[in-house]
Amino acid sequence: MRLLSPRNLAVATVFVLVAGFALVFFYAPNDADQGFMQKIFYLHVPLAVCALVGFMVAAVHAIRFLRSGDPVHDARAYVSIHMSVIFGVAVLITGSIWAKAAWGKWWVWDEPTLVSFLIVFLLYATYYPLRFAIEDRDQQARYASVFAITAGAFVPLNFMAVRMAESLVHPRTFATAEGGMPGKMWLAFLVSLAGMALLWVTLVRFELVAKSSRARISRLRRALDPESSGGRASRIAPSVAGEAGTG
Amino acid sequence: MPALPLDEAGKYVAAAYLVFLALVLLYVAIMAARLARVDRDLEELANLAEERADG
Repeated sequence: MRLLSPRNLAVATVFVLVAGFALVFFYAPNDADQGFMQKIFYLHVPLAVCALVGFMVAAVHAIRFLRSGDPVHDARAYVSIHMSVIFGVAVLITGSIWAKAAWGKWWVWDEPTLVSFLIVFLLYATYYPLRFAIEDRDQQARYASVFAITAGAFVPLNFMAVRMAESLVHPRTFATAEGGMPGKMWLAFLVSLAGMALLWVTLVRFELVAKSSRARISRLRRALDPESSGGRASRIAPSVAGEAGTG
Repeated sequence: MPALPLDEAGKYVAAAYLVFLALVLLYVAIMAARLARVDRDLEELANLAEERADG
């Protein structure tokens, strides 16, 4: 669809993210308890939400791959996990900075929110060795899909368990006895979240287009020069290629 | 009272947003390198196609 072309998505992402950050710094008031430091929340939480939702999106694509056998869905699942792992790195770094500012420590091991996110992150970090340890492309895609579905189901369960657990120090921003955030903070947060979601979608689209281009070049090379090895093909199923970036 | 005075909290907030910016820029740099590789490969294929057409 033309509306969702990578170029349009990139423009929308820049516009919404800049608007979101402008609201964060020039519109949303400072938090009464944490003060200016709470501005990290508008970056850290949208990153975390996008990373976790991205893992679940990957599970949906993996289910579609197992049902249809269409490698396009496998490529989308792979790229969704890849992008969410990158977002996960940003969540861990920004969270640590916030922890240092708020609690004086880079990490608190007895805090369920932090440790559970780290567990989810490390779980998905094992996706790469699992996937690329298998040489057969079809088997690789099937095993990776089963992993994506199992791990994807773990994400909401993990989220609910953490919400039910008693928090020691990590703030529960959305549902507090005091009534949660005021309207101005909500607006800044929602625009930042929309911008971050657009960034995730845009980067996924770019990754898919890049993989698609590499696979097309490999096909072209094989057609022009059948004796060549086909160059550096995409490490995910080669037939993915053509359509992965267009859906 | 805020947990940290503005000047001290500011450096942490700046650090968090700079980390985010650095990651985005790193990604853009990686994508630029990939684009350059695709461009090189396409040029190589175009040359190959021309050789085929001439030969």
